[in-house]
Amino acid sequence: MYSLVALGFVLIFKASGVFNFAQGVMVLFAALTLVGLMERGVPVVLALGLTVLVMILLAFAIERVVLRPLVNQEHIILFMATIGLTFFLEGFGEMLWGSNVKRLDVGIPDESFMVAGVLVNRLELTAALTAAILVAVLAVFFHGTRIGRALRAVADDHEAALSIGIPLKTIWVIVWSVAGGVAIVAGIMWGAKSGVQFSLSLIALKSLPVLILGGFTSVPGAIAGGLIIGVGEKIGEVYWGPLVGGAIENWFAYGLALVFLLFRPQGLFGEKIIERV
Amino acid sequence: MIYRTAGQFKTTYASDQAIFPIVQDRVVVTLALVAAFVIPPALASEYWLQAVLIPLLVYALAAIGLNLLTGYAGQLSLGTGGFMAVGAYSAFKLSTAFPHLDIVAVFLLAGLVAAGVGLLFGIPSLRIKGFYLAVATLAAQFFLIWLFNKVAWFVNYAPSGTITAPDREVLGVLVTGPNATSGARYVMALAFVAIFGLVAKNLVRGRLGRAWMAIRDRDIAAEIIGIRPLRTKLLAFGISSFYCGVAGAELVFLYLGSAETLAFDVNQSFLVLFMVIIGGLGSILGSFLGAAFIVLVPIFLTNAPHWLGLNMSVALQKHIELMIFGGLIIFFLIVEPHGLARLWQITKEKLRLWPFPH
Repeated sequence: MYSLVALGFVLIFKASGVFNFAQGVMVLFAALTLVGLMERGVPVVLALGLTVLVMILLAFAIERVVLRPLVNQEHIILFMATIGLTFFLEGFGEMLWGSNVKRLDVGIPDESFMVAGVLVNRLELTAALTAAILVAVLAVFFHGTRIGRALRAVADDHEAALSIGIPLKTIWVIVWSVAGGVAIVAGIMWGAKSGVQFSLSLIALKSLPVLILGGFTSVPGAIAGGLIIGVGEKIGEVYWGPLVGGAIENWFAYGLALVFLLFRPQGLFGEKIIERV
Repeated sequence: MIYRTAGQFKTTYASDQAIFPIVQDRVVVTLALVAAFVIPPALASEYWLQAVLIPLLVYALAAIGLNLLTGYAGQLSLGTGGFMAVGAYSAFKLSTAFPHLDIVAVFLLAGLVAAGVGLLFGIPSLRIKGFYLAVATLAAQFFLIWLFNKVAWFVNYAPSGTITAPDREVLGVLVTGPNATSGARYVMALAFVAIFGLVAKNLVRGRLGRAWMAIRDRDIAAEIIGIRPLRTKLLAFGISSFYCGVAGAELVFLYLGSAETLAFDVNQSFLVLFMVIIGGLGSILGSFLGAAFIVLVPIFLTNAPHWLGLNMSVALQKHIELMIFGGLIIFFLIVEPHGLARLWQITKEKLRLWPFPH
């Protein structure tokens, strides 16, 4: 589950070097749009199509209004801009669709069954499968297609990519659209599990340790990190939580990330950072 | 015409290195400071003091603290809320455990405790930087809040889990607690901000400040020219946390009166970071401007519809407020990524030449 959100982060970070704080809120926004449309009687498929369209439009708008004027600024400034974006989208989404907790029914029953003595939740299984498929598709997209190669070129070096004729603006729109698409999937999954509500945007913060664990630039890393954090959090809560008074779920992920940072700063699959003076 | 430096010759190093080398600056700053001490307590209404000026001062202090760390030493921190909580809770513990201890001493000691905690969480900064460090400080934020929530000792076993400012006096005037007048609390906050602002200004001009900036600009190069990164970074964390701790103590004792951990959650950290970035990274003046911006804009946005005669539901207004707030942040970053302090600098440059710009 965390992996899905983290995936969006990784995508944008890879392609533009921007740490997109708004990813969590994009998840919320996508889910809200979908639910809002469905509540107004739009059939599921059409609603999904419209949501995709909205996210692509959003990507265009973000590129035009936020990113283009801020080309060449420092990372922290871009980071702050995405925080501003977070506020904006939050207000915008809730203004459009209201701020009540909504139920999202996608037709996957939230029920559990036993497989070899382990309790498996069907919804979570679906989420895991979706994540796996998404990663496979993205991997093919990144390595096999022309656009994917262009994306990686942009990630390596903006200027070099520009000079060999890769349209930076288009690429950014594509990246943000793809991140929007991932946000939709994540939004549906989270929304189906715990209802579409404001706290969805808070998982953005949770995916930071996921990224650290997996490495900032690695797609498989995001998945592995998500698994480790998700499982570790629950196990930590169940086994060690009672020893210190419970509710360690809130900071366990960060603690884990901290330990990781001390021993392997580039994460599990990340590229080693080499610095030159 | 008014703001002209012609005829002001600097004949000694001391005068060249002064905090405010220009006479007009000195006059204006002194006048503003005196005015700040005299006018609001006498004239401002309860609402202005309580809802605008006191939070502004408290947040300005926190913003100075974060600016020392992020703006000058270049260490991104999202743990401000946590460090403020440390200050607030230790001030509460100190003032209830030692009722006779002077409240000023309580604030300072609370700051020291926060500094100690800050030092502890600053250790990872030696190996990591940027967003990685942000995650490390985020760990501090969540861990500290959890700690204060879980351990009842910090709230003196109060079942509600809140800390309440006790009544304390300075020079025979009640300054904290629910019974103190807002004027007294304002003056107290202002005194702290004025003194610590001056200290910060001097810190960043001195050897330590220059070492911080060297680390910020290129840490490896700084290390090669003989700046010890361990000491410098940890000092930045310590001093920054001291400021944040005092600000946190003030937040509870002078502004809110009582608080629980919710008052120090991660949004608080972001808020202070906003102030620093909108005000201007690496500028003490910017911290004040940023705090003023962040405190005033929501108040303005809340009241604007009334002035315009519009009638909106509270929820809608809240959402529009969020939108405008987010939009303004993006707008400011696009127009002036170096913050309000930079705008002020440009104005000053223009003023010096005015009215003959060529």
